[in-house]
Amino acid sequence: MDSKTVFEKSRPGRAGVAVPNYWGADDNAGSAGIPEAMRRAKAPALPELSECDVTRHYVGLSQKNFSVDTQFYPLGSCTMKFNPRINEKVAALPGFAGCHPLAPASMCQGSLQLMYELQQYLAEITGMDAVTLQPAAGAHGEVTALFMISRYFHDKGEPRTKVIVPDSSHGTNPASAALAGFQVVTIASAPDGSVDLEALKASLDGSVACLMLTNPSTLGLFESKIEAITELVHGVGGLVYYDGANMNALMGLVRPGDMGFDLVHLNMHKTFSTPHGGGGPGAGPVGARGELVDYLPGPVVRQGDKGYELTAMPHTIGRVRLFWGSFAVLAKAYAYIRSLGASGLRQASEMAALAANYMRVRLHERYHVPYDTFCMHEFVLSADRMKAEKGVHAVDIAKALLDRGFHAPTIYFPLIVEEALMIEPTETESLETLDAFVDALLEIADEEAETLHSCPLNFSVSHLDETKAARKPVLQWPEA
Amino acid sequence: MSYLPHTADDRSHMLQTIGAASVEDLLQPIPERLRLLRPLKLPEAQNEYDLLQHMKALAAANTDVGANIFVGGGAYNHFIPAVTEMVTSRSEFLTAYTPYQAEASQGTLQTIFEYQTMICRLTGMDVANASVYDGGTAAADALIMAANKTRRRLVYVSQAVNPQVRQVIATYLAGSDIEVRELPIEQGMTVLPELTKEVAAVMVQIPNFFGIVEDGPSFCAKVREAGALPIVAVGDAVSLAMLEAPANYGAAICCGDAQALGLPLSFGGPYCGFLACKQELMRNIPGRLVGITEDRHGKRGYCLTLQAREQHIRREKAASNICSNQGLCALAVTVYLSLVGPKGLQQVARGSKLAADALKKALGAIDGFSVEFAAPTFNEFVLRCPKGRAGEILDYLAQHGIIGGCALGQDYPELSDCLLLCCTELTKPEAVERYAALLRSWVSENAQEGKA
Amino acid sequence: MIPNDLKYTNDHEWVRVNGDVAEIGITDFAQEQLGDIVFVEVPALGTVLEAGERLGVVESVKTVSDVFAPVSGEVIEINPLLVEDNDEFSPEIVNSDAFGKGWMVRVRMSNAAELDKLLSAADYKIVTEEA
Repeated sequence: MDSKTVFEKSRPGRAGVAVPNYWGADDNAGSAGIPEAMRRAKAPALPELSECDVTRHYVGLSQKNFSVDTQFYPLGSCTMKFNPRINEKVAALPGFAGCHPLAPASMCQGSLQLMYELQQYLAEITGMDAVTLQPAAGAHGEVTALFMISRYFHDKGEPRTKVIVPDSSHGTNPASAALAGFQVVTIASAPDGSVDLEALKASLDGSVACLMLTNPSTLGLFESKIEAITELVHGVGGLVYYDGANMNALMGLVRPGDMGFDLVHLNMHKTFSTPHGGGGPGAGPVGARGELVDYLPGPVVRQGDKGYELTAMPHTIGRVRLFWGSFAVLAKAYAYIRSLGASGLRQASEMAALAANYMRVRLHERYHVPYDTFCMHEFVLSADRMKAEKGVHAVDIAKALLDRGFHAPTIYFPLIVEEALMIEPTETESLETLDAFVDALLEIADEEAETLHSCPLNFSVSHLDETKAARKPVLQWPEA
Repeated sequence: MSYLPHTADDRSHMLQTIGAASVEDLLQPIPERLRLLRPLKLPEAQNEYDLLQHMKALAAANTDVGANIFVGGGAYNHFIPAVTEMVTSRSEFLTAYTPYQAEASQGTLQTIFEYQTMICRLTGMDVANASVYDGGTAAADALIMAANKTRRRLVYVSQAVNPQVRQVIATYLAGSDIEVRELPIEQGMTVLPELTKEVAAVMVQIPNFFGIVEDGPSFCAKVREAGALPIVAVGDAVSLAMLEAPANYGAAICCGDAQALGLPLSFGGPYCGFLACKQELMRNIPGRLVGITEDRHGKRGYCLTLQAREQHIRREKAASNICSNQGLCALAVTVYLSLVGPKGLQQVARGSKLAADALKKALGAIDGFSVEFAAPTFNEFVLRCPKGRAGEILDYLAQHGIIGGCALGQDYPELSDCLLLCCTELTKPEAVERYAALLRSWVSENAQEGKA
Repeated sequence: MIPNDLKYTNDHEWVRVNGDVAEIGITDFAQEQLGDIVFVEVPALGTVLEAGERLGVVESVKTVSDVFAPVSGEVIEINPLLVEDNDEFSPEIVNSDAFGKGWMVRVRMSNAAELDKLLSAADYKIVTEEA
């Protein structure tokens, strides 16, 4: 299949669609009154193709992708569960899709009700007092919570400057803290992969605003000392933030609020089954407890005398995005929660843990599992021994999996595991799929290094030269 | 449970392999005291049919106004061709993750590359990233990258930039060492002060929040003179087909929201922030970038590039905290622009402006109403209503199935009697006539009551 | 191979002294750790640097590393091979010849006494062995 751009397929004079033309908008009409210097001298060089050409081009490109609908996709920390189609259908209902965000509240009661109810559901699932649906992604939720924390301490007259993150945390944690103006303190993990209480104690003082924590950790392990951790941080007047990337392990089993967390974000595109779309859009609602509720960005939805309405919290940090939230994404998460109900969500988390432990045990003789104990929804392998024995790296295993028709696990993360392969099967994969994947990994373990280094072979392109791409970046197709 | 495949036999086989007696065994690491011992308080699970009925009922609780949407303000009701939605609902695009495994993600990577190219061609810029959350966060990113590039710490933002965008900027920069000051407006247009050497960047919006096409060349020249970077935020992105590309009149960074180019209104999201810059800022632009490269056999391929400054590597030293893009939304924009092409997009722009000009003329002629600013506008404009009546007029129009505009008083107290109106190519001449007729009826009804 | 005639820092910079001019680069050990170098950010001509201040950035495909000024002084020359706008831009020179053609900047030193605080080749060798 070719890798020509849509621009190379363009032929002057073609068009893919006839746009509505109710105003006789021919070549000469329309720009009346616009000063000459501001009128576009030359039409933008967009491609010109027929509808059939455009369709073939993009459907053809789609076929060069792996996806959950076509392959097992066990990317650790990404929760690539099956994305139910009914969710797509309901989010695209014309009554939702055509609703303008600045329509008067009386004209969008359905959308507002959905958002109101979703706020309630997410607050219940996390054990928080209130939720904002504004943030557009997980990292966006993180920085939102940190903006809230910053404002909260500012208002209390305690300008706290530090945010603590474990060295096993997602890279977005420290990056979000820095963006919100905090100084980042990284603490090393204990040998068993958990938070090192002594290191935590040593880093705590009155300048600490917050500890950011994922639980289960990025190793897939539940942080059993969580109460002690949250108590320690609260002891110096700090807050504890829950990075909800791994919430798929805990639905209906244990709630961040009950563990002592003050703020959480959730990923609708992980835990709540909304599709990842090749990188987005997601949604990262944020929940808060106690006084922090007043700082939520907004508007949020409340029930007023005349129905549902948008309102700002008393000490709101303001807006973190345009309008109210990524509604179409939120509608899919809402539909998912309504489909599963309380027991369905709980079962989903239980089955995620069952699948992960099953794979871990099937693999632990042939692969090094650095933290080989009951895991939650995911676990981490290390290719360190294979690297030492025969020069096989995590990336080689990843590429060999691609050739066998499986998406690769997350590799080289978490940073605390050398040659890491992080596997998250999710609850929606059948036993046959799990077995097939494990069998492929076992087979790869017996392969010669040379064979693995040549992978992948079954794709439109082989291994790509990233150095070339970065030294002389070509970031757009040159205009003819 | 349809999404959970494990049968009782599967479960016991898996448990046996693990060496656990029950799933509860696996949950041992969770301290008993923390466990939730009751079911979550959520509605009963619904089957697919019941869920669909429930969702249809919710959707029906929104008022269907057809194309009688005379409001924009950052979200624009343009035509979306069927192929756009067909492509974005393709499983292989919809259910893929971020293109970390390049060989198995060439589809996503190439579409991002094409998206970057289209944004560059619309804005005239050299580099566009793979998209950010929306036009608001794109504007905040633009200011941060300008401050980082110039190592200066003061930025100006015009009050004629969409107030919601300004609010996002304020939230984002509150914790930073970058100071944001707002520029006043006169007759709906930005007034540029004397700029000192501390100024990193100045941002205007074109068309601005009032629909006015500001004087881009003179703005950029003055900002450049002070050694600062001119940033142009774009209003309705369709305007780029009619108005000069910002890079061509001197902008260093261009940002905005591409919602108008193929994304449904969807009550405000998800949308697609675009961010583009001149070559000299290539190393400062945050977010994902896709570049062309070759494979082992010299074959063309696409990969993420310039990622070493991103959060997964640099952590707290990263250029930004973003770790995604609006993938599917950017794809919709790419497919939309491929379908309409240059001539189609120009037609959309002209139709939108012609409709707005017609509405402006019709409403401005009604007793008691006037067009607020004289400057040329694209597809939005400000209408002054009889004193103290703007809210009432919106209600009146709403009762007749029309979203008549948005009130400006909250963000601009001096415009509390004014509405911001918008038309697109979907606004038909008869809809314009009906709007005007309704306003005339309102005037006569109120005249009879002696109130107008 | 750690040339004996150069001075070093713990952060893997090297200094070659010519009168009051210090030529500065990153060590072969550093380039090896970074992998394929794709971009080097250098300060503008005339920039006055304090010892220990960030001088620039070296970027490889997989990581980014700050480079710090080993001595104080004014930047009087920049390696043209590392300037992205130049046609001969070739950051890979840092990989292939870190101690030679891969130099980054030349600085007119304002305080030559700072040289005494830098490491000898033998001391730096120990740093690399411990890393």
